[in-house]
Amino acid sequence: MGLDSKVPEGPIEQKWDSHRFKMKLINPANKRKFSVIVVGSGLAGASAAATLAELGYEVRCFFYQDSPRRAHSIAAQGGINAAKNYQNDGDSIFRLFYDTVKGGDYRAREANVYRLAQVSNAIIDHCVAQGVPFAREYGGLLDNRSFGGAQVSRTFYARGQTGQQLLLGAYSALLRQVAAGRVTLFPRTEMLDLVVADGRARGIVTRHMVSGRVESHAADAVVLATGGYGNVFYLSTNAKGCNATAIWRAHRRGAFLANPCFTQIHPTCIPVAGEHQSKLTLMSESLRNDGRIWVPEKKDDTRSPDKIPESERDYYLERRYPAFGNLVPRDVASRASKQVCDEGRGVGPKVGDLRLGVYLDFADAFRRLGRGVLDERYGNLFEMYEQITGEDAHDAPMRIYPAIHYTMGGLWVDYNLMSNLPGLFVIGEANFSDHGANRLGASALMQGLGDGYFVLPYTIGDYFATAGNSKVGTDHAEFKAAEDGAKGRVQKLLGIKGKRSPDSFHKQLGKVVWEFCGMGRTDAGLRKALAEIPKIRDEFWQDLRVPGPSGTLNQTLEKASRVADFLEFAELMVRDALHRTESCGGHFREESQTPEGEALRDDEKFSFVSAWEWKGEGTEPELHKEPLKFEWCKPSQRSYK
Amino acid sequence: MDFTLKVWRQEGPDHKGRLVPYAAKGISADTSFLEMLDIVNERLIEKGEEPIAFDHDCREGICGMCGCVVNGYAHGPEAGTTLCQLHMRHFHDGDTIYVEPFRAKAFPVIRDLVVNRGAFDAIVTAGGYISIRAGSAPDANAVPVPKEHADRAMDAAACIGCGACVASCPNASAMLFTSAKISQLGLLPQGQPERWDRVRSMVSAMERAGFGSCTNHGECEATCPKRVSMDFIARMNRDLMRASVKK
Repeated sequence: MGLDSKVPEGPIEQKWDSHRFKMKLINPANKRKFSVIVVGSGLAGASAAATLAELGYEVRCFFYQDSPRRAHSIAAQGGINAAKNYQNDGDSIFRLFYDTVKGGDYRAREANVYRLAQVSNAIIDHCVAQGVPFAREYGGLLDNRSFGGAQVSRTFYARGQTGQQLLLGAYSALLRQVAAGRVTLFPRTEMLDLVVADGRARGIVTRHMVSGRVESHAADAVVLATGGYGNVFYLSTNAKGCNATAIWRAHRRGAFLANPCFTQIHPTCIPVAGEHQSKLTLMSESLRNDGRIWVPEKKDDTRSPDKIPESERDYYLERRYPAFGNLVPRDVASRASKQVCDEGRGVGPKVGDLRLGVYLDFADAFRRLGRGVLDERYGNLFEMYEQITGEDAHDAPMRIYPAIHYTMGGLWVDYNLMSNLPGLFVIGEANFSDHGANRLGASALMQGLGDGYFVLPYTIGDYFATAGNSKVGTDHAEFKAAEDGAKGRVQKLLGIKGKRSPDSFHKQLGKVVWEFCGMGRTDAGLRKALAEIPKIRDEFWQDLRVPGPSGTLNQTLEKASRVADFLEFAELMVRDALHRTESCGGHFREESQTPEGEALRDDEKFSFVSAWEWKGEGTEPELHKEPLKFEWCKPSQRSYK
Repeated sequence: MDFTLKVWRQEGPDHKGRLVPYAAKGISADTSFLEMLDIVNERLIEKGEEPIAFDHDCREGICGMCGCVVNGYAHGPEAGTTLCQLHMRHFHDGDTIYVEPFRAKAFPVIRDLVVNRGAFDAIVTAGGYISIRAGSAPDANAVPVPKEHADRAMDAAACIGCGACVASCPNASAMLFTSAKISQLGLLPQGQPERWDRVRSMVSAMERAGFGSCTNHGECEATCPKRVSMDFIARMNRDLMRASVKK
């Protein structure tokens, strides 16, 4: 199967316009004859479901939480980028495009990124019109802040709760369509399989998490907006329920998975406190605007931070990257933190042999701006930090350490956001297309909403106009087979009756992938992980214990089913990391670095998207390559010095 | 630290529930309340017993999914905190801790500590939005909004929809939740065209869902993890009064 990215011809600034004109339209009266299943209710899912319903399509939206408002987009703190240039500081659509492609270390598809920059302004307009209370200046106009990887201030924000406010905007738009009778919600419902018949996605199989009922749903198109797979690491900043089941099941049904090894480690998270830790908490990157990152110059310096004089502190980001300072992109900041901690200069309690923490210090900012200003900017973050650590960041610097935060890889999609399976669309973090090997801060919200409000609603219409109605109902043999498969799997998980909980396997898997496929990756380490993961998987299927039945709310069963898929997914992620022997963005192969320790790309060999095809259990997946061409944004060694 | 938990166990909405004692031993003070429940659950699974069902997701205090009544307080005794952000360092070694679901007629128990808060979605569906189609918005800076109004709208919009206000109210009223959404939209110029219809429609949806009325106890504000102010309830009541004479 060839990979056709379907990028339109023409100059980059005209591609989307000319494509919009060429795409076929559906007559308003006929739109209601087309049905769409949207899985996920985060920024991408809720905005897509609402907008498709506004257009007149019949929409069903599925999510595992009790309300669409809970989706993990809600936890995004810092902001959303747009090329408004309200600050008159030299921003433009082209600059946002350029920064994003460069920030992604030249592993994203240019045309998709340019389109994202183009729709970014409409997102801000739309959200303001919805009543999203963005931060404003005294004159009543919108305020901006700066963010990593950019030298302009283009980030719009709502205190430290931007994701929450944008999601509540999309959620209210979604519920408006529920009121209008055009969207049906399926809360506490998890997708267990994708149904494909005659080469086209026809619907999904779900399990209702309260009744345990396994059901089939047919539609003319399926949209996956199920987020990233960061929880494969067990400890991440994702919500506990975030999982890879939807994309993994779609992959097993033929959808290609692209660049799974591109995972983002966020530099500013609260460090791990102990074995009980169930998740990691992010402290917004926006804190790097006013906080200065440092460690002691000397190894194992256990003096309290206020006792360490300026002359004995190493502000290593400012020292190494004078142009961007504390605002270097996430991958660069994370690696630098790991390096100083590996040198033995970390701070905080020892975890194993090392102190895994660095200081994020606001003392200068307090002196310069005063406590009031900082509390207005970051008050909720200071409070959150205190609740978790018991320490007050007004008195002493925060301790932070990198953690898994976002996954750039995902299901492969073409320019229309459709996977290689006709009728299966993938939007938001679940697809791979816009962030290359590293995502810049405040770009995830932009992409989720851009896909949902302004891209998918056009491209799905073109698909319907070309492909017509699906005409395959839930009585089709493929639905029956998928439903039986899903029921059988639930029974299998319940029937093992071993000794270990799903969480214990998840933690075990997480340790392996974090150690060998985390911030630094080597050939030997990845091979070790490839040997370890199948062993954990075998043990899982022999020694899992899930108490309770399936016909009721059974949270252990839900976890077990997700962990089973992570155990398969992890292997592909590691395989992808092993195959890509270059370093790029968040993927750091220790064999491939510059003399200064920066990621060293190999454009000659690796300027392509890795798209993996499932070939069945026990068979190696097949690698397909989509070559990446950079016509407008020429690859260079990224430099933030 | 060692604790004795008395946890509400209830198989389903139509079953009778009861408090069941569990020992939580060797818990680190840095453990969050939900992580402490994780540990108890892991031990229950080891013994082959069904773990305690509880809702949670983001575990960073923003999704609004978690919440139980702990020692009589929704989200526990610490002010301005969700249950996932409550850490065991706030308890004393040897404490007995009572853990119960949010109780309200409009929030039926699904299982153990999990309740159905779908009634909140029903209230928002009745009008908690500004009717705008994607693609039809003017430039974001076309209408300046005084900073003071935008900030106040943000104060209201901080609500996470967890339901603690309902659980702590003697009348199981959802006035704080409803008024927060009404106030957020009513404070902004974009929200004006539908302001009066919105308040009528959302208040009546709230009443239909089986929530009680406000009698100014103030428990909601005291327990709200996001410190949403009761002033919004007064604002909503004023809007409702004005709306009733408007048409």
